[in-house]
Amino acid sequence: MKYDVIIIGGGPAGLAAACGACENGAKSVLIIERAKELGGILNQCIHNGFGLQYFKEELTGPEYAERFINLVKDLPVQISLDTMALEITRDRKVKCVSSTGGYQELEAGAIVLCMGCRERARGAISIPGDRPSGIFTAGTAQRYVNTEGYMVGKRIVILGSGDIGLIMARRMTLEGAKVLACVEIMPYSNGLTRNIVQCLQDFDIPLYLSHTITKIIGRTRVEKVIVSRVDESKKPIPGTEIEFECDTVLLSVGLIPENELTRAAEIEIDPATGGAVVYENLETSVPGIFAAGNVLHVHDLVDYVTEEGKRAGAAAAKYALGEHRSGKVLKVESGSGVVGPVPQLIRLENVAKSQDIFFRVRNIYQQANIRVLDGDNVLCTFKRNHMIPSEMERIRVPRTILNQAVSDRLVLSVESREEEQA
Amino acid sequence: MYDVLIVGCGIIGAAAAYELSRYNLKIGILEKYNDVANGATKANNAILHAGYDCVPGTLEAKTNLEGIRLAKTLCEKLDVEYRQLPAMVVAFNERQMEKINVLYKQGIKNGVPGIRIISREEILEREPNVSPKVIGGLFAPNAAIVNPWEYAIALSETAVRNGAELYLSTEVTAISKEDDVFKVITTNGEFLAKYIVNAAGNFSDRIHEMVGGKGFHHTYYAGEYYVFDKNQCRLVNSLIFSCSEESGFKGTTIFPSVHGNLLAGPNFYQVQDPEDLATDGQRLAELKKNILEVVPCIDFRETIREFAGIRPSTNIDDFIVGESPYCPKFINLAGMKSPGLSAAPALAKICVDVLRDAGLTLDLKDEFIDTRKRIIFRELDEQSKIELVKKNPLYGRVICRCETVTEGEIVEAIHRPIVPRSIDAIKRRCNAGMGRCQGGFCGPAIHMILARELGVSPLDIVMDEDGTYILTGPTKEVAR
Repeated sequence: MKYDVIIIGGGPAGLAAACGACENGAKSVLIIERAKELGGILNQCIHNGFGLQYFKEELTGPEYAERFINLVKDLPVQISLDTMALEITRDRKVKCVSSTGGYQELEAGAIVLCMGCRERARGAISIPGDRPSGIFTAGTAQRYVNTEGYMVGKRIVILGSGDIGLIMARRMTLEGAKVLACVEIMPYSNGLTRNIVQCLQDFDIPLYLSHTITKIIGRTRVEKVIVSRVDESKKPIPGTEIEFECDTVLLSVGLIPENELTRAAEIEIDPATGGAVVYENLETSVPGIFAAGNVLHVHDLVDYVTEEGKRAGAAAAKYALGEHRSGKVLKVESGSGVVGPVPQLIRLENVAKSQDIFFRVRNIYQQANIRVLDGDNVLCTFKRNHMIPSEMERIRVPRTILNQAVSDRLVLSVESREEEQA
Repeated sequence: MYDVLIVGCGIIGAAAAYELSRYNLKIGILEKYNDVANGATKANNAILHAGYDCVPGTLEAKTNLEGIRLAKTLCEKLDVEYRQLPAMVVAFNERQMEKINVLYKQGIKNGVPGIRIISREEILEREPNVSPKVIGGLFAPNAAIVNPWEYAIALSETAVRNGAELYLSTEVTAISKEDDVFKVITTNGEFLAKYIVNAAGNFSDRIHEMVGGKGFHHTYYAGEYYVFDKNQCRLVNSLIFSCSEESGFKGTTIFPSVHGNLLAGPNFYQVQDPEDLATDGQRLAELKKNILEVVPCIDFRETIREFAGIRPSTNIDDFIVGESPYCPKFINLAGMKSPGLSAAPALAKICVDVLRDAGLTLDLKDEFIDTRKRIIFRELDEQSKIELVKKNPLYGRVICRCETVTEGEIVEAIHRPIVPRSIDAIKRRCNAGMGRCQGGFCGPAIHMILARELGVSPLDIVMDEDGTYILTGPTKEVAR
């Protein structure tokens, strides 16, 4: 069986990619989704706040997903639910398995990777102490509560201030649990400001910045945790211990793009983003294989995932229809204060009017400039009043500016304007 | 009345049960935890040691070499992951080289096949990621890695298939003896037996004391480990041991596991409580430093888990095997610190001899099941995958995405002779939840499958031991 475009994952990125592919001439599109329904993690995000950018209205996760599920229904898109993609190959074959379809090998004109991300677990951040039950990643707890209908605890401490953790602080409180604290090792929150306000402050849940859990106690179930203040190098400071009696710890300590299929196909991965290295049209190092959404780099808002998914779907359709790109390549690299720019590579000839570049900043900046450097030469500058690491930045660089690059490397860097004046 | 009651179903109790189930005997196995293999057997470095560490002439030396010879066939017959992998002890200074020479001489005396001193150049050629500061080492090609809990599960499952009766969540609290019959009081009723085999791991001194036994007591030497993502696995090709200068400690090992992860550990420290498996930040930091001195390029950001295990060491320098001098017909299989896992099948054979010498009549059964076969979806070729899913569609539904474990495998494991009752028991049998997301995605799915297949409420499913509950009640919406 051959499709123009096969999309791995039917979450927001995959759904948008299907739309993008069909809008650009793809005649046969297949979405492979491991769950029993489309929508991905949106299905367990029953809170509102989705779609403000894209639809200019406030939707819940399932509502946001439903809009795209309805769109896809009217398009030439085939959907394989409850199906696991086991392998993708560099010549664009997809091996997958399901109860109903069995084990199959499919062929694609182009592939879009939309596998999303997973949560960092306890082991990955080395929380010392006993190994009782009652320690969940925030997303797992969310699945138990919102999808399965079960509570996971009564007295809760949340480690990390990622958005899912903040959302779960509110959710658990509304379900009658007591959320004792949200503990963040960094001196700033890792979630969106609106979530800090609406999920912690509105419920009087204290946020402990520059603190971490230094010990978990409890042989069978969590009984208490020890929280300590950390110094500038994130080392716990003795004597600052606070004890919380709790039965549950929720972890919201970061998301990791799920690139196991990508790695197995030997597609180049950027260690800074954890996602594939991509060109301006979201094509990976393997021609005809594209990536979008949280599998490429972790986003803050689903609206931007949708936008990226559409672009990747469009580019995949064009590839499948024979439009292959080449030409002079500019590398995009991170300079001071900048982490993980996407795309990492730009084929100049293929940029229409402008090229968007996404990245995060390392620190909190007030009144700062983002500079695009070509060697020592500043190609252009973007002013920002306020930037924080938890919110993704975007700059739009005009083609005319890109044309001026003499070297083949663009370096992005951030300088605060005060420094500049001094 | 049981002919033999085995106390403890770790690797030692399981091996003894397997060996004894060849005979026409009524065998009972009493296990304190809610699953087999849940003590030291599940938390160790999973290595079948080459045999150069043991002091020549000891029971350890004899049974280690015999044990690894038996393990190879046993693992093949019972479908347990096993892979021969050379052991390499690496030295970074002259003092360590001296220790290596001692190990070499011991190895020769113990009859370790193929053991030799190896040069810095050969080490770096075989293991390009070992620190170039290495000056030399020891090489023994006969070591192996094994799936330790599957090993114990396979042995005990086979014993049960051959008629042995296993009682889980059954902790022995007292033993008395009247008219040559043992009365064993447990948290799950009373049991009568003619013979007792004490394979209680870190609790074997306490069990021995229940019959008036003396002479050995446990000291709890624990060790911590790091488990890394599969992407770190290819950094080493053999079992790389740092050269330990501490007695009772074989050194920190860096090696690929049978599951394809990289493992590194243990360290060596004393704890007061045989169930104190807590990890410690400072100790782990120190361990990390020591690991990086041997293989500097390991990426600790790829850690997926840390854990601790406790060695069943005693004040006696060797395994304690034999009829208790304090109580006839009470057989100790105690002090099973390393190389206990390696020696287990050999110790089980000795256990049979000891029982015979103590007066137990042993007739071989006419029929004895000694093979076992599991279906592991990810290891099948494409044609077999196609046929398997056609035959049983549950094998087409992947539940654990990190390890590619299907619902078919999970359901099959639940309906085996030893029923797994916890999420971790499923993990040990199918590998589901063992991968990089550590059950973040598949945990709730496995939870619901387990509840469905056992016919219990999801509220009754535990993570691991009794008391490790996961859910506290329905949500408001569901309760209404």
